[in-house]
Parts: sequence; structure tokens; C-alpha cells
Amino acid sequence: MSEQNINVTLKVWRQRNSQSKGGFETYPLNDVSTDMSFLEMFDVLNEKLIQEGKDPVAFDHDCREGICGMCSMFINGRPHGPKQAVTTCQLHMRSFKNGETIVVEPWRAKPFPVIKDLVVDRSAFDRIISAGGFISVNTGNAQDANAIPVAKDNADESFAAAACIGCGACVAACKNASAMLFVSAKVSQLALLPQGQPERKQRVMDMVAQMDNEGFGACTNTGACSAECPKEISLTNIARMNRDFLAAEITAK
Amino acid sequence: MSSSKIASKIPEGNLEQKWSKYRSTVPLVNPANKRSLEIIVVGSGLAGASAASTLAELGYKVKVFCFQDSARRAHSIAAQGGINAAKNYQNDGDSVYRLFYDTIKGGDYRAREANVYRLAEVSANIIDQSVASGVPFAREYGGLLSNRSFGGTQVQRTFYAAGQTGQQLLLGAYSGLQRQVGMGAVQMFARHEMLDVVNIDGVCRGIIARDLVSGKLERHFGHAVLLCTGGYGNVFFLSTNAMGSNVTAAWKAHKKGAMFANPCFTQIHPTCIPVSGDHQSKLTLMSESLRNDGRIWVPKRKEDAEAIRAGKLNPNQLKEEERDYYLERRYPAFGNLVPRDVASRAAKERCDAGFGVNKTGEAVYLDFAFNMKYKYGKIEATKKGISNPTEEQLKSLGHEVIKEKYGNLFDMYQQITGVNPYENPMMIYPAVHYTMGGLWVDYNLMTTVPGLYALGEANFSDHGANRLGASALMQGLADGYFVIPYTIGAYLNNEIRTKAISTDHEAFVAAEKAVQDKIDQFLSIKGNKSVDYFHKKLGKIMWDKCGMARNEAGLKEAIEEIKALRNEFWNNVRVPGAANELNPELEKAGRVADFLELGELMCLDALKRNESCGGHFREEYQTEEGEALRDDENFKYVAAWEMLELGNWELNKEDLIYDNIKIAQRSYK
Ligand SMILES: Cc1cc2nc3c(=O)[nH]c(=O)nc-3n(C[C@H](O)[C@H](O)[C@H](O)COP(=O)(O)OP(=O)(O)OC[C@H]3O[C@@H](n4cnc5c(N)ncnc54)[C@H](O)[C@@H]3O)c2cc1C
Ligand code: SF4
Ligand code: FES
Repeated sequence: MSEQNINVTLKVWRQRNSQSKGGFETYPLNDVSTDMSFLEMFDVLNEKLIQEGKDPVAFDHDCREGICGMCSMFINGRPHGPKQAVTTCQLHMRSFKNGETIVVEPWRAKPFPVIKDLVVDRSAFDRIISAGGFISVNTGNAQDANAIPVAKDNADESFAAAACIGCGACVAACKNASAMLFVSAKVSQLALLPQGQPERKQRVMDMVAQMDNEGFGACTNTGACSAECPKEISLTNIARMNRDFLAAEITAK
Repeated sequence: MSSSKIASKIPEGNLEQKWSKYRSTVPLVNPANKRSLEIIVVGSGLAGASAASTLAELGYKVKVFCFQDSARRAHSIAAQGGINAAKNYQNDGDSVYRLFYDTIKGGDYRAREANVYRLAEVSANIIDQSVASGVPFAREYGGLLSNRSFGGTQVQRTFYAAGQTGQQLLLGAYSGLQRQVGMGAVQMFARHEMLDVVNIDGVCRGIIARDLVSGKLERHFGHAVLLCTGGYGNVFFLSTNAMGSNVTAAWKAHKKGAMFANPCFTQIHPTCIPVSGDHQSKLTLMSESLRNDGRIWVPKRKEDAEAIRAGKLNPNQLKEEERDYYLERRYPAFGNLVPRDVASRAAKERCDAGFGVNKTGEAVYLDFAFNMKYKYGKIEATKKGISNPTEEQLKSLGHEVIKEKYGNLFDMYQQITGVNPYENPMMIYPAVHYTMGGLWVDYNLMTTVPGLYALGEANFSDHGANRLGASALMQGLADGYFVIPYTIGAYLNNEIRTKAISTDHEAFVAAEKAVQDKIDQFLSIKGNKSVDYFHKKLGKIMWDKCGMARNEAGLKEAIEEIKALRNEFWNNVRVPGAANELNPELEKAGRVADFLELGELMCLDALKRNESCGGHFREEYQTEEGEALRDDENFKYVAAWEMLELGNWELNKEDLIYDNIKIAQRSYK
């Protein structure tokens, strides 16, 4: 709880661009306040690298509040590091020990090619949403918001699925690089709402087809995705999506 | 009299009829012509995403730009507490007029009546639209939508999705946007930063953008350009904004002729997690919704505050009568729910007087223990038929309710501070949060450059000198879903004969070259201070001299200090790496260079406004009780600044006319 300073050794993946072959660089960093966030620790590292005339480490981040889904570091073999239900930006140095070596890599998954250092390309997720992750309603067509009541349980469950931040940790955690958790979260959010019913079958088929096209792997039910998900998106979403998918396929035939 | 250079284009007629009449008489563009009209939307937050998808639905060809790796990550995603709408679902007396009135009053009578009324009118449609697109708002057991209250109002009109309202609204707008991308109606350019606007014969015709991955500069033509690029709170370095939030797009537009309005109107949010050290990179908001159930206090006795600061006293040990619930004391009618500017200044006043409760002396308590036990604990006990609940029982029953309402915020607080807020009162302090100022726009949301529009936080339009909580999300979506789709027709119907202009046009070539030269200059300085060094220094000047309280001498000093810092920046900044690669330091350098210019204008604006209003508090102008003292006689105007050259601005005044509201001293007592 109270602030301390610790020394750590960072082993960070450096890679110039998508074509080049990367490798680890080692950086000792002293006097790191335990009140710092993990990314603030990287700010300090980068400041030091700049002073030394070296190239700072590129990493994605924006909100630093655990909500935008931009930060994406693979820390000591785990996406977003050692703590449960926490994004990289919300991880604090008090979760590490004095003298610890911390290995930091980018997400590793074929559909997420490295752009530079710790930055990867997750545009595949946007394309999956474009394929069907929406309700087809044009602006101006909506009826009164209270016209269709939604059972609180369904609304709450839909919200829990909608809490996905699209970070891709589930893919990075999975040995098959499956995107099932991400896709099922969106499918579930909309399947649980009355507004999502008309397109329910088409949606799941289109999104799964796009997911396959992007080269994400199959789901073998290891559960690593949900265990590492910073928003604790539940595996029941995958089960729901599988049911919906089967049902949709049967009626499509 | 307003300056002749600006025309607000407010439609004639009664306030209640202006917008509906405008909508039914505005010239339309026929569907065949829409397909050949191209619109550039910079920004994919609530304003940008809703505008882009709606315009694409109407048939326009749309290009969208954002600097993040996906449209879904725009800063709107971080909004927590909620969105207002005059639905009156609670039957508690809400109406379009009341929302309008609250917003004008909350803004301390420095916003335009007609715009605000329109905002209140379309607010209900936003909720309908969002629910239809799958936004899972919080609901009651009966299945209907739930509401909570926010500061500055006495009705419950705020819709929410736990503490993640912005996320859910943005994901709703984003899914609509991605649907249009999938249909080919919108072309999306993520990881692209707009670095200039291109004007031809005084009309905006496009932009220059940098592909942040390859570093390549690109030219894009548009019949109209919409800047939906958010606010500039990061001029203070530390703020609740996302790290990348910036003024660059708006500032480049300003330098190309778009006037900048009320730049000094900044909102300091009262409930943020206090600064923990020099490494601090940003500040985290604790949503205003917490003030529904949290009571704000400091110790009554200075000795107790000192003992707490020294770690010798636990705040839980202080008895009720030893605590000063200063908001409840000073403002009995609104209590903990006074508007943000009032709450922030009151916290500063207590801390400056020596009652602060953390080691820096800059923190007050936000305490849930009372409501946890005696409000929710009691209700739950009654529901469960427990007749004589113990204190412990009340606490644990109330705990569950608080957890359901604010769980994610409490978790976030604990994650950041390492302190459990269920057991100890939260510590909070005001932080920069929102900018009411922005590009000046007329009723159509057009800037002073024809064809160039500004939507959302990037414009100045609706919040006057202080924004009420849960009104920014409302404004962003109002602008994008319901205003611009109509008002842009008034302009584009005259553009149907304009053929797409080739980006080989000399204006595009020249603009691109100027951008390239700036980039080369950054990289060639090779000084020995990082970009962050300058950003932090600027932030400190702004916070100390143009922050929660301002005075003439301080502002004059700040202007000189900023000029000197700017000079040092251009001589001594070090930007590593190259132009033709992903280079975050280069991106930051560009943004900080613009902040270094904006900061000067903010101080100038604050200096010229010899009154206190809303978030702008000039120490020279206050009542005996320390409340803001407005001067309606001399300052009832929008200050629209035109840049003649850097360091030389001309002030244009837009007189504010209140026909429908009696302008009065704002009181929350
Ligand atoms: C922590 C926090 C909590 C908040 N909570 C609430 C709340 O509960 N209720 C409420 O009403 N308001 C809230 N607000 C305010 C509200 O979130 C914002 O005012 C609003 O979301 C701004 O939306 P926008 O669409 O105008 O801009 P933003 O969402 O900021 O989007 C800006 C967009 O512009 C892009 N952009 C910027 N510059 C460039 C450039 N040069 N080139 C290309 N793209 C660019 C960005 O990539 C982004 O897509 C909160 C704000 C914060 C900081
Ligand atoms: S499911 Fe979880 S891990 Fe996967 S993208 Fe969503 S939030 Fe990230
Ligand atoms: S930076 Fe936004 S989630 Fe981490």
C-alpha cells in the first residue's frame, strides 16, 4: 500500500517493422516507484532511451484507464501481465518485486502482425464487426426507447458481454489464436436484446465466416481466453454463440 | 453588437419553433447528387462516428480518420457516468425547457439559447436511437430504463450503463459506422493523423493526413470537412483525457482562418484521483455519479487534517461532528450535487486553507459509508425483513448495492491507489477534464471557413462557461446523429456542381510541403530535451496560472513564460527516429508544438475576460462569499479569436441574447 522504490530488469521485444526480424533487448531500470503504472514505467524507460540517443520503445496506449482496449503488452508470458481482470495500463508496479526480471512482448498471433516493437495490427477485429456486429437501424427510425421493455437479467447479461474492450488479449492467450471470445461477446450482447433478434442468425454466420477468413484458429475449449480477459468476458458467451451458429446453419440448409 | 465578421445564422421565429421550421425548410440534396458529394470526417468519437454513419446512410461518400488503431478507441469510450435526455421517464417534472434552462444556467449564461434549445429537443431521440442500435443501458426490474441524477439538476434524467456509458454509446455508434464501412459507404483511415486543412479560394476543400504506420503524407479532397476531434484538455499535460487527445486538428484549422471561441473556458472536474508523484502521466476521473451517494468532507479541525496527513489518524475515527461536509454546509439546496466548477473551487478553497487530507495536502474525502449503511443498508434490511439490523449487517447489505452501482469505479480506484474504497473514504481532487471552448461555429455547426465544420467537444457551442455532467455525450451524438445531417444540406446543395478537385491542385501540394517541412524541422533540431519535458513544463504553467483560479498578473507572466518555452522547444527538442516509420515521439512533438501556441491564446482570453463565470474564475472578480462574479454588462459575449499571425489575435464578439431566460446570478444555495 505504501510507496517504495524497486529495481527491475526489462527484457523487451524490439522489432523495427513488420518485415524485420525482432529480438529481445535488456534494460535495467532503477528506482521505479511502486505507485507507477506499468506504462508510466515505460515512459520512464523511454525518457531514458531518448536521453541516451536511442530509439524509444513503441507501444500502443491511449486512455490509460482500462477502457479503450489499446494497450496490449504480453508480460511474463501473460497478456496484460500477472493480475486478474486488469489491463496493462491499469497494472501497477506494486505487483512486481524488487530485483525482478520482466519480459515484455507484443501479442503473438498470425492475424495480428507486428507493426513495430510492441505494436500490432488488430484491424481484423474491425472487419469482423463490419461483417455483422451491428443492428441494421438507420438514424431516425427508432421508436421510443421504453416501448420494448427488456428483462433486467437480459439487459445486465448483454451489458456484461458488451464490456469487451476489443483488446485482443483472448487471441494472444490462446494457443490456437482463436477469436471466439471476442466474437461471441458481440454476438451475445445483441442476441440477448429484443432489438438484435431479426438479424440474429445472419449475424452469427457472417461474423464467424469473417473470423475464419482472417485466419483466427479454432476453439478447443482451453478457456485461456476468458482467464486472461481483462474484462472477465465469460465462456458462456462462446457456448451461446455455438448454439446460435448451429441453429443458424440448420435453418440455412 | 456582434462583430460583422461572424454571423450565428440563428433562424428567425420562436425558440420552440426554430429547429422544426429550419428542418422542414432547409434545402435538400437529391439522392443522385449525394453520391458524388464527398465528406471528410476527422474523428471517430461520438460526434464523428454518429455523423459519419448517418451521412453515409443518407448516401454521401464519406471518409473517416482517427489516430488510434480503431475507430472504437476514440476518447469518448472513456466517459463513465451517463448521458442526459429530457425523457421525463421518472415523471419528476423534466421537460425540454427544463433541460434547456439547466444547461444555460449551468453554463453560467454564456451559451447560445437557440443551440441549447435544439440540443434539449433532440436529446430524447438520442436515447431512442442508441437503444435501437443495441446499447445496453441500465434497466429497472420492470424492464424499463433506469435514471440517475447528475450535478446542477434536480431531476433524474441521466441514462447510464454502469460506469461505462461512453463505452456503450461509442460501441453503438461504432457498430453503425462499421456497418457502413462493410457496405463500402465509408472508407476508414485508422492510424492516420490529420495535420492540416486545405483551403482553395477561401473554401475548405480537404486535408493533409499522415499515415502513422508508413509515415507517408496523403492528400484527401472533400466537398466538406467535419472536425470531430475532441477537446484540448491535454494542454495542461495532466488531465483526465486520453494520452493522445490533442488540439492539432482544430488548431491547424484556426491557423487557416477558423476562429477559436472562448479558449479559456476549461472544466476542472471535482472528483479525480489525486496526483501520486512526478511520474504521473494522466489523471483518472471518478465519475460524478459517485456524488449521488458519496459525501464530500474534510476534517473540521486543522490539527486533525495534519494528523491524517502525517499518517497518525485514520479518517474513519473522526466522528460526524468532527467532519466538515463543506458542500452541504455552503450549498444546502444542491449539497454534494452542485455543478462541477463550484465543487472544484470549494475543494481548492479547503485545501488552500490547510484542510487537505493526503501527503501533498491536495485531496478531500468522498465518503460512501453513510449511504452504504443508512440508505442502502436500511432499504435492503427492510426488504429482507431484518428488523433490528446491526451496524455490521447494514454495512454488508449496503456494500452489495454500492458494488452493483459503482463496482467498476471502486475497482479502478483500488487498482490505482492500492486502497480499498469500501473500507476507507476515497481521496479525490479536482483535475482538468473538459474544454467548453473550441472552434467557433454558427447554428449550422460551420466554422468561419466555409465548408469546414466542427462537432462535439471540438466546437464551443452548447456549454457556455461550464458544462453540466452527462451533457457532452448528449451533445456529441446530437451534433452527429441529428444536427449535421440537416445543416450540411444547406451548404452542399450549392456544391452539387463542384467536381471533385484533383489533389494535384497547387493548394494541396503547398499544404503537403508545409507539413513535410515541419516534420523535417522536428527531426533536425536534435536538441537534448524530450517532448514530454516541454509538455510537462507547459502544463505546470497552465495549471498554476490559467487553472482553477486566474489573475491578471499571473496570466501576463504565463504568456511570457509560454513564449519563452516555445522558443526553447524549437531550439532544443529531441525527436528521435525517422519520418517514414511509426514514430510516437514525432506524433507527440507535433501535438505539443500546437499546445504551445494554444496555451498563449488561452491565457490571452482569460486575461481579457474581466469577470468570473463558470470554469473561468478571476480572483479579482468574486463576491464576498467567494462565489464567481459575472459581469453581464460587459462580458455577455462569445469571444471568437481570429489569428492574424502567431502572437497576434483579433477579438470578435458575438453578443449573446437571452429572450427566453431571465439571466440571473447563479445560485445553488
Ligand atoms: C474520463 C472522462 C469521463 C467522461 N465522462 C462523461 C460522462 O459521463 N458524460 C458526458 O456527457 N461526458 C463525459 N465526458 C466528456 C465526453 O466523454 C467527451 O467530451 C466526448 O466524448 C467527446 O466526444 P467527441 O466525439 O467530441 O471527441 P472524442 O471522443 O475525443 O474523439 C476524438 C476523435 O478525433 C480523432 N482525432 C483527434 N485529432 C485527430 C487528428 N489530428 N487526426 C485524426 N484524428 C484525430 C481521435 O482519433 C478520435 O477518434 C468524459 C470525459 C472524460 C475525459
Ligand atoms: S474478450 Fe476480453 S480479451 Fe478478448 S478482446 Fe474482449 S476484452 Fe479483450
Ligand atoms: S490504454 Fe486504454 S485500455 Fe489500456
